[in-house]
Amino acid sequence: MRLPLFWLTDYVDPGMDASKLAARLAMTGTEVDRVHTHGVSALENFVVGRVLEREQHPDADRLSVCQVAIGEGDVSTIVCGAPNVAAGQTVGVALPGSVMPDGTRLKKAKLRGVPSNGMILAEDEVGIGSDHAGIMVLDDDLVPGTPLAQVLPISTDVLELEITPNRPDCLSVYGVAREVHAATGAPLNPPPWMEDPGTPGPVEGVTVEVQDAEFCPRFTARLFEDVKIGPSPRWLKARLMAAGQRPINNVVDITNYVMLLTGQPLHAFNFDLVAGGKLVVRRAGQGEQMTTLDDQVRTLDSSMHLIDDGEGPTSIAGIMGGQRSEVREDTTRVLMEAANWHGPTLQRTSQKLGLRTEASGRFEKGLPPEQSMWGTIVATQLMLELTGARLAPGTIDVGGEGPAPKTIRLREEKVTRLLGTAVPIREQADILEALEFDVHDAGDGLDVTVPAFRRNDVTREVDLIEEVARIWGLEKLPATIPGHGMSARLTPEQRLRRRAGDALVGAGFSEAIGWSFQAPEMARRLRIDDSAVKLRNPLSEDLAVMRTTLLGSLLTSVRHNTARGAEDVRLFEKGSVYFDRPHRREPTAAEARSTPLPDERMHLAALMTGRIRPASWGDGNPPTADFFAAKGVLETVLGALRVDFTVVRGADPFLHPGRAARVLVGGEDAGWLGEIHPGVAAEFGLARVAGFELDFGAVLPHAVVAPHYEDLTSFPAIRQDLAFWVPADRTASELVEVVRGAGGKLLKDVRVFDVYAREGQTSLAVRLEFRAGDRTLTDDEISPQREKIVKAVAEKLEGELRG
Amino acid sequence: MSTATADRIAALRAEGEAAVAAAASTADLEEIRVRFLGRKAELPNLLRDVGKLPPEERGPVGKGANQARQALQAAVDARQAELEAVELEQRLAADVVDVTLPGTPVTPAGHLHILTATRREIEDVFVGLGFSVVEGPEIDLAYYNFDALNHDPSHPARSLADTFYVADDVVLRTQTSPMQVRQMELQPPPLYIIVPGRVYRPDNDATHTPQFHQVEGLAVDENLTLGDLQGTLLAFARAIFGDDREVRLRPHFFPFTEPSVELDVSCFNCKQGFLKDGSRCPLCKGTSWIEILGAGMVDPNLYGYVAESGYDPERHQGFAWGMGIERIAFLKHGVPDLRMFFENDLRLLEQFG
Repeated sequence: MRLPLFWLTDYVDPGMDASKLAARLAMTGTEVDRVHTHGVSALENFVVGRVLEREQHPDADRLSVCQVAIGEGDVSTIVCGAPNVAAGQTVGVALPGSVMPDGTRLKKAKLRGVPSNGMILAEDEVGIGSDHAGIMVLDDDLVPGTPLAQVLPISTDVLELEITPNRPDCLSVYGVAREVHAATGAPLNPPPWMEDPGTPGPVEGVTVEVQDAEFCPRFTARLFEDVKIGPSPRWLKARLMAAGQRPINNVVDITNYVMLLTGQPLHAFNFDLVAGGKLVVRRAGQGEQMTTLDDQVRTLDSSMHLIDDGEGPTSIAGIMGGQRSEVREDTTRVLMEAANWHGPTLQRTSQKLGLRTEASGRFEKGLPPEQSMWGTIVATQLMLELTGARLAPGTIDVGGEGPAPKTIRLREEKVTRLLGTAVPIREQADILEALEFDVHDAGDGLDVTVPAFRRNDVTREVDLIEEVARIWGLEKLPATIPGHGMSARLTPEQRLRRRAGDALVGAGFSEAIGWSFQAPEMARRLRIDDSAVKLRNPLSEDLAVMRTTLLGSLLTSVRHNTARGAEDVRLFEKGSVYFDRPHRREPTAAEARSTPLPDERMHLAALMTGRIRPASWGDGNPPTADFFAAKGVLETVLGALRVDFTVVRGADPFLHPGRAARVLVGGEDAGWLGEIHPGVAAEFGLARVAGFELDFGAVLPHAVVAPHYEDLTSFPAIRQDLAFWVPADRTASELVEVVRGAGGKLLKDVRVFDVYAREGQTSLAVRLEFRAGDRTLTDDEISPQREKIVKAVAEKLEGELRG
Repeated sequence: MSTATADRIAALRAEGEAAVAAAASTADLEEIRVRFLGRKAELPNLLRDVGKLPPEERGPVGKGANQARQALQAAVDARQAELEAVELEQRLAADVVDVTLPGTPVTPAGHLHILTATRREIEDVFVGLGFSVVEGPEIDLAYYNFDALNHDPSHPARSLADTFYVADDVVLRTQTSPMQVRQMELQPPPLYIIVPGRVYRPDNDATHTPQFHQVEGLAVDENLTLGDLQGTLLAFARAIFGDDREVRLRPHFFPFTEPSVELDVSCFNCKQGFLKDGSRCPLCKGTSWIEILGAGMVDPNLYGYVAESGYDPERHQGFAWGMGIERIAFLKHGVPDLRMFFENDLRLLEQFG
C-alpha cells in the first residue's frame, strides 16, 4: 500500500523525514519496501505566477508567448501551448532547473525562435491530476513568487508499505496513522467519521434483502439525489494520484478515496438503473453468468454470491460490479454501498474466478462490520461537499456491528517470561492505549479490551504481548543462549550419508542437485515404467511428475556440461525419489485418516563419462569410463561405508544388456550398476556413460558403524596364488564363493587378480590370504586347505588348476 | 717367518692399498680386488698354502697374511662405498628432466554442491548449540503443512498458485515447518531440533525457484524467551557471516509464531550501507541490514495439536525459525541467479564446496 506523507499528516504529523519514519515503522512491524518521491523535485524552482500579457506566437498557431510575473518584480517570458492560457490568470510556473516527475530537468529553451524561461503548469505535469487539457488556473488571491509547494501538493514522499495479512486495518491511511501515533508518540487527530451528516431509519424507495447473513454480516447504503458528476477537486485528485489511483470523476474518486482513507471498499450504484430499487444478496446458481465491469462474462457456482436487482445480477458481491448499473456522466441518483463480507468465502470465490480486485483483496482478510458505517459516513460527507448531492433521509443498515469487544488479562509475569526481560507495567498500558486498546489495572497485570478493528488479530494474551513488545522495542531485548544443557550430534545415518558424499568427492565426483520434478516424457526416454507421483498443478508439463530415479536429472546435468564443452564429467547426486505406492512407515494419527503419502526414498547416484583421469604428456590416452570404472567407484563408496555387497547380472532397461548389474547388500536389492544403454545415452546426446544408483534405505542399515578390533598385525599372513580354467559361462563371483566355501576358517581373503579368456574357457587367477590370530601359519597347515579348494572348484565349477 | 715372506706380505699389502686408493671406478676396483684378493691372487694363496710351511712359520705367516688380507678387504669396501656414491651422483647428474613439464595427473577431487556445503555448515553450527538434526517427508499432508501450523482454511498460501498439490489433502511441502508438529508428536519436551530439507513453491524467476531448501529450527522448553531466540540466532549469524556481525529482530507476522519477527544481520559487504567508492551497497541496498530469516515464539495453539505428547501452552514456551539455504549461500557467495544452483554446471560447482 502506498502512503503519501502529505495525506498522513492530515491525521498525524510524526515530525520526522520519510526515511526516519520508514525505519521506525519497520522496527514496529510495518515493513517499508521503498520510499519514493511522488511529483516534482527541486521545489525552489516552482512558484506561483501571474500572466501579465499573452500574445500569439509569431510562427505557431497553437503557441502563446506570455509575460509572467514570478515575484519580486521579476517577469519571465514563457511560451505556452495550452489553449486556455489568458492574461490575468494566476498559474503555477516551473522555472529552469525544475525537475519534473519523470526526472527530466527543465532548461531554458527556444520554441520556434522565441526564448522560453520556464513552463506554465498543467495538473498532470506535477502529478496531482490526470488533466492535460489546459493549464491549472489558481486562486487570484495568491501572490506571485509564492512557492508553489505551499499552495499545491506537488511533491510528497510516499512510503510503499508491505502490510502483513493479519493487519487489514493498516491498508488505510487512518489505520497507518494510528500505528504512527503509537510508534512515534505524535498526537493523532480524531478519525474522519466522527461527524455523521446522515440519519438512521429506512430510505424511501430502497430495499435491501440479505439472504445469507453469514456471508454478509452487514450491508449499509445511502441514497444521494441531484448528483452532478464532474471532476474532483485538486486536493482529492492529488491524494489519489500520490496513492497510485487515477482520478476518474467525483463519485468514483470518492469511493476510492474513502477506501484508501478508512480501509472500507465501497460501491456506487447508478440508482436509476437498479431495477425496482431493490437489492438482494443471494447465493449464485450453479453455472449462472454475469458480465462484470471489465466486460468479461463470468460463470459462477453455488458457493458464490451475487447482488441482484429486480432484473437479475448487478454485482459479484464484494468483488466487482456489473456494467448495467455503472455510474456514468449523466447519473444523478447514486446509491452508495459499504458492506461487509465473510473473508474466507469471498477469497474462495475470488480464487475460483481468477478475479482479484482492490476490494476483494481487502474483504478476504476479514474486515470489521463497524467499518462499513465508517466508510458510509465519510462518503456521505464527501458526496454532499463535492457533488452537490442531496442526501435522501435514512440509512440502509442490514446486520449490524460485530460481536462485543473481548477483554483479555495480560499478566505482567507472562510478559517477562515470554520476552526474557521485564517491561514496566505502566509502559505496557501506555503502549496498548496508544494502539486504542482499552486498559484497566487488574490484580496481576492489566485487563485489556480489544478495539473492533483488531478483533480478528488480537484474541489471546500472547497477541497482546506481541503488541507490547513491538512498540516497546525489540532492540531492547537481551541476546541469551538457552542453558538447556543438552548435547546433540548427527545420527549415524546422517554421518554415513555425509561420508558417502565425501568418498565420491575424493573419487573425483562433483555433486549435482537436480530437479525433483520431471517431464512425464522422461520415463519413456529412460524406458522405465515406475508409478510416479503426479502434480495436480505443475508449473509446466516439463515439471509435472515427481522423479522415481535420479538417473534422469543426472543425465540431464551431465548433458548440460558436455554440451558446453566438458569432455570428462563425473557427477553424483543425493536426493529423494518418490513412488506412487504407500510408504512402509508406521503412520501417524493424521496419516492414518488421510490419503496415504507416497513412498519417498533417499537415493545416491553417480554417473561418469569420458576419461577417468585427465590426459597428460606422459599418458596421452587414459582409459575412459566403463562398467568397471563405475564399479570401482561403487566399491570406493561402499568401502568407505564399510558395507559388504555383491553384484549379479541385471536387466534394467536403461542399461547396456551385457553390462548391467544389480547391487545386493545383505542379500537384498539395493540398486543398479552398469553402463547406460547406448540408445538411452543417445537420447541425451551422450556417448558411453557408466554409473550406479543406490537406495540409502537398503544400504545404510548394513554399514559397520563401530568395527570390532581384529588382530591383523601380530602374526603374518600367508598369501598363495591359484589360477583356474573354468568354463566361460562361470563368473568370477561364483569362483570366489566356491573358494571361500572350501577354504576353511583360516582363509581370510580371496581376490581375483588376473583374467583372460580362450576358446570356451576363462582363466581366473585368485590370490588367497590365510591368517591365524594366534600363530604364524606354516605351509603344512595350508596345503590341505589348498587341495580342498582345488577339488571343490573341479567339482562345482568344472574348473581345473592351470599348470 | 722368513724375512722374505714377511716382506712379501708387506709389499703385497702396500701395493694393494695403493692400487685400491688409485682405483677410479667400481669396475677398476673389482679388477683390483680380483688381482689382490681373488682365488688366484698371491695373498690368498699364501694363506691357503700355510699348511705346507714348516710348523714354526705357520703361525706368523698365517697371521701376517690374514691381517694383510683383512686390511686390503676393508680398503676395498671403503673405496667401493666412496666410488658408488660418486658414480650415483654422476648418473643422477645425467638423469635430468624438464622440471617445468606438467605433473602426472591423478583424478582430481570433486566438490560438494554449494548448497550441501552450506547446509552442512548450518547443521554443524546448530549441532554445536545442542540442536539435533531431523528430516521429514517432502510430500506431506496439508494437515502438517498448514492446519497444524495455524493456517486458516482460507489462508492464501494454500491456493493452487502458492502450493503444489498431489491430492486434496497432500501437498509438496512449502516449508520445512511441517516437521515442527511431526517431531513434537514423536518427542515430548524439551525439544531442540533443526530440520534441513527441500521445499516447493510454484514460482520461477531469478530469485525464486520451484524447489529450494530450508532449515527449520524449533526449541521448546519451559522457559525459553524471545531473548533466547535472539541469542541463538546471533550465535548462528556470527558463525556463518563472521564474528563482527550483529543481529536485530523486526516485528513481522507468521501464522504459527506469536510474537513473530524477521531477523536482520548487519551487512558484511559495506560500512553503514556504502561501499569504499561511496556507492550504495547492492547487498543491503544501503540499509546496512540484510534480512536472513523469519522466526518467532511458537504460537501456543500449536501445542494444542500435540497435547498428548506432553505439550502444555501454559507451561511450555519455545521458539522457531525458518531460513533459506539458497539465500544464505547467495548472500555468502554472491551467486546472482538462484536457478544456477540447479543447472549443475561444473564451472560453477568447482568454485565451491
